[in-house]
Amino acid sequence: MSILDRPSSSGISGGGVSRRQAWGLFWLLVAALVAWLVFAVWPDWLNAILISKKAFVSAVLNGVTLAGLYFLVASGFTLIFGLMRNVNLAHGSLYLLGAYIGYEVANRTGYWLLGVAAGFIVLAAIGVVMQVVVFRRLEGDDLRQTLVSIGISIVAADLMLAVWAGGTYQIAVPEWLDGAVTLPVITAVRSNGASVFLTYPFYRIAVLAAAIVIGIGLWLMLNKTRVGMMIRAGVDDRAMLSASGVNVHAVFAIVFAVGAGLAGFAGVVGGSALSVAPGEDIRYLLASLVVVIVGGMGSISGAAIGALLIGLAEQLGLVYFPTYGVVLTFIIMVVTLAIRPQGIMGKSR
Amino acid sequence: MRMHRRTLLALALASGLTAPSLALAADDTIKIGLLATFEGPFTVLGEDSERGAMTAVEEVAGTVAGKKIEIVKGSSDASPDSAVRAARKLVEQDGVKVLIGPLSGDEGLAVKDYAKTQPTVTFLNGASAAQDTTFRDPAPNFFRFGTDGAQWMAGLGTYAFKDKGYKTVATVAEDYSFPYTQVFGFMAEFCKAGGHVPSKSWVPIGNKDFSSVIAAIPDSVDAIYVALGGADAVNFLTQYQQSGGAAPLIGGSITVDQTVLTAKGKLRDVLVGTPSAGPTADTNDTPSWTKFVEAYKKQPGAFPSPSLFAHAYYINMKAALLGLDKVGGDVSDGGAKLRETLSSLSFETPTGKVSLDKNRNAIADIFLTEVTENADGTLLNKLIKVVPQVNQTLGIAEADFTALGAVSRDNPSCP
Repeated sequence: MSILDRPSSSGISGGGVSRRQAWGLFWLLVAALVAWLVFAVWPDWLNAILISKKAFVSAVLNGVTLAGLYFLVASGFTLIFGLMRNVNLAHGSLYLLGAYIGYEVANRTGYWLLGVAAGFIVLAAIGVVMQVVVFRRLEGDDLRQTLVSIGISIVAADLMLAVWAGGTYQIAVPEWLDGAVTLPVITAVRSNGASVFLTYPFYRIAVLAAAIVIGIGLWLMLNKTRVGMMIRAGVDDRAMLSASGVNVHAVFAIVFAVGAGLAGFAGVVGGSALSVAPGEDIRYLLASLVVVIVGGMGSISGAAIGALLIGLAEQLGLVYFPTYGVVLTFIIMVVTLAIRPQGIMGKSR
Repeated sequence: MRMHRRTLLALALASGLTAPSLALAADDTIKIGLLATFEGPFTVLGEDSERGAMTAVEEVAGTVAGKKIEIVKGSSDASPDSAVRAARKLVEQDGVKVLIGPLSGDEGLAVKDYAKTQPTVTFLNGASAAQDTTFRDPAPNFFRFGTDGAQWMAGLGTYAFKDKGYKTVATVAEDYSFPYTQVFGFMAEFCKAGGHVPSKSWVPIGNKDFSSVIAAIPDSVDAIYVALGGADAVNFLTQYQQSGGAAPLIGGSITVDQTVLTAKGKLRDVLVGTPSAGPTADTNDTPSWTKFVEAYKKQPGAFPSPSLFAHAYYINMKAALLGLDKVGGDVSDGGAKLRETLSSLSFETPTGKVSLDKNRNAIADIFLTEVTENADGTLLNKLIKVVPQVNQTLGIAEADFTALGAVSRDNPSCP
């Protein structure tokens, strides 16, 4: 799952500090620095550089929660690509449709969790239909699949505009997830000695937790189950998998269902944290494209790393240089493409 | 044979598409272009603009000077290039001689520059309210019968400082010309009264996640001035409520507009009591306003009360129709007579008298308002005070006003 697990031939080199130990020391120092930044009371000069501790820590926390959301969308995107070589450019539409369906269900039944479940299930079903009816017919024809997916996204965007109009929808978060919690992080000390603690929306912590749980679940599914084994085998060599008697179409359908379902799930969760409006489809498509390009096409851990980088870059950029914040995201992408074109965790083929 | 049939079909389709523009020479109709944001982040605003414009058209039963009015719609997505593209399409393909629009600040600046290249077409602004659309380097054929974003803020800075007692205010606004103009208008008065603005946050338009921006606002300020529109405002307000925001808010004109007040969710909690100023007030009870609201409500999908976009498009469409009526619907002279008429046009609107200055920018009444909850649960802008006949230099002598400099991220400044 992480870089440290990779077998390293230089691990036992004699004399001085080995490469592995050096990396260990480096990460330990980084961890110590982060811990100090989060828990210590900042001296004035640091506050002066980074606006305030509250701004910095909140931006980092927001970056991480946004990364959780991006990961949910991008993991489905990257799985579908990894297995089927299908750049599904309608993935953003799945996100937006999931959000609208979640809104309708949550609004009518009054249960937010039902909305979340509906977002996942309906979109998973739509994913299967898309795979069986559209993409299976064009199998092996990557360019046509991509073009058709663009077509689907355009038609879907207009249909959604016709049904839900151009307004901004806010999916209401249930009481037990609403409000702010106080974190054990001191942001400042008042002149009378009282400490000011950081408050943070509880819902966002829940989003992050959900993303982590789903990430671990996906990893377990891919690495510990029979279906996961087939998927991994399919990513490496599709023809061979098919030749060894596995029904690849069933595997494709499962992957498409999981990928589309996750996009729908992310739509409801993201629509509750932020809001739902036309245009979100393109935004999340672009975000997941950048995330998988940076993280490596077809890799779940790559999607996690990419999402973390992009989420943090967006939020820190927004606070410290808002006008040029967007550029930061693309600088990360360009640098990755220049140094490691297959992405951070991608395999070179 | 099959290919042949297809070719025929394509030809038929193509001629069908071009036919309407061939028919434009018909003498008994007048084509008016209506340019607004029917796509992108300001879609809701654009849709309400159309309702406002159509209210004016229906007031004259769709005819002016004996000719039938034909409205040709053009859509932009709030970006300047899309607005110019739509304007070019309306002028150069559809052949409109009068164009109403665009809606948003940067679009207005771009369309004004395009107007200079089309001297025979008469442009009337929609709702775009950047200062320099008319103040610096104006186009001779571009008219704005609605006021600009700085004018809309008249009275608010003084009210926040004197009546509300806010001494320091942080601002959060989108990063383009219209919010610059609004912040300028607010700060011009607020700083003059003795207030301070220690922190200004400029966020990209279409930003979704404001929580980091909210966290970066200093805890020490008395209030937060918010100039965001549409979905951006809804997102900011919701997240401000979620983060347990305690400082009271001051609203830009479109932040507490009906397009935001009608949004669903908990953002209502932080909105009630927010002072603002703008060209309209929902609880205005003059007969001319209530009559306008009744007419507006006949439009499909109308809000409980017209947004300022509906109002601005109504005023400009109304001005265009009055002008056309006076010249007998004759624009065969390249519209010279029409523009002459418009320059000296002064008329009563639902919000009082409107006339133009030498830059063809409106002088009109501005309304100071506060958000209140109506008996039926809808949110409305309650009228506090009318600031009569505000001009573009906010009552300051023109030379002094020009010396203040063009609006920008850093101008004005009083930390």
